[in-house]
Amino acid sequence: MAEMETEERGGKAARMPRSGSRRRRISRLSAEKIDYIDYKDVKLLQSFIAENGKIMPRRLTGVTSQQQRKLVEAIKRARNIALLPFTKY
Amino acid sequence: MRTYEVAFIAAPNTAEDELSKLNSQIEQIITDRGGKVTKVDNWGRRKLAYRIGKFDEGLYTFVYLEGTGKEIAEVERRLRVTDFVIRHLTVRTDEALKRAEKLKSKRKVSLAPRSPDDDFDLDLDLEDEELEEI
Repeated sequence: MAEMETEERGGKAARMPRSGSRRRRISRLSAEKIDYIDYKDVKLLQSFIAENGKIMPRRLTGVTSQQQRKLVEAIKRARNIALLPFTKY
Repeated sequence: MRTYEVAFIAAPNTAEDELSKLNSQIEQIITDRGGKVTKVDNWGRRKLAYRIGKFDEGLYTFVYLEGTGKEIAEVERRLRVTDFVIRHLTVRTDEALKRAEKLKSKRKVSLAPRSPDDDFDLDLDLEDEELEEI
């Protein structure tokens, strides 16, 4: 089981990033060196929520777990003051 | 000293002088209790991401302040009792900002770029696979 997973992950990320998938190795957060995720930065947060308003899992966005925790907090704050939707449609 | 951000949304039909009155009241509350307003950010009219009550848009104001925490209780109470404030949010920011600062300085010390690290991880994965094959 575990072996299969490693193989799949390493293989895909290394050589064949599937076209059409949202898989990215390095997220914008690391690339632009964003340390403080501001809940007012709607544009940034929007890139981490799906069309229906859900927070995207980090396996799709490529953020670290620490970044994801901060993101989640910021997105929830933004939702609270109606900068981001809880749901769409 | 702690830093806070107080955000609130006023109803879109709020008179301008009422809003500025509330702003100066808030500033008064903060300075009376030994705090300091560092910045007031006025976003003005903005579309809400979802309806609140019967409103589709709101007037956004962000107040940045330094203080001990005593100011916050009174500011929040004032926002709650003010009818035209339809939503408000207070966030304490000093700890998160400090942590962000720390991350930044840590990165400066080890000026190694990110990509080699990633490659290294991948190599390890591949090695594991090879070992299993053998």
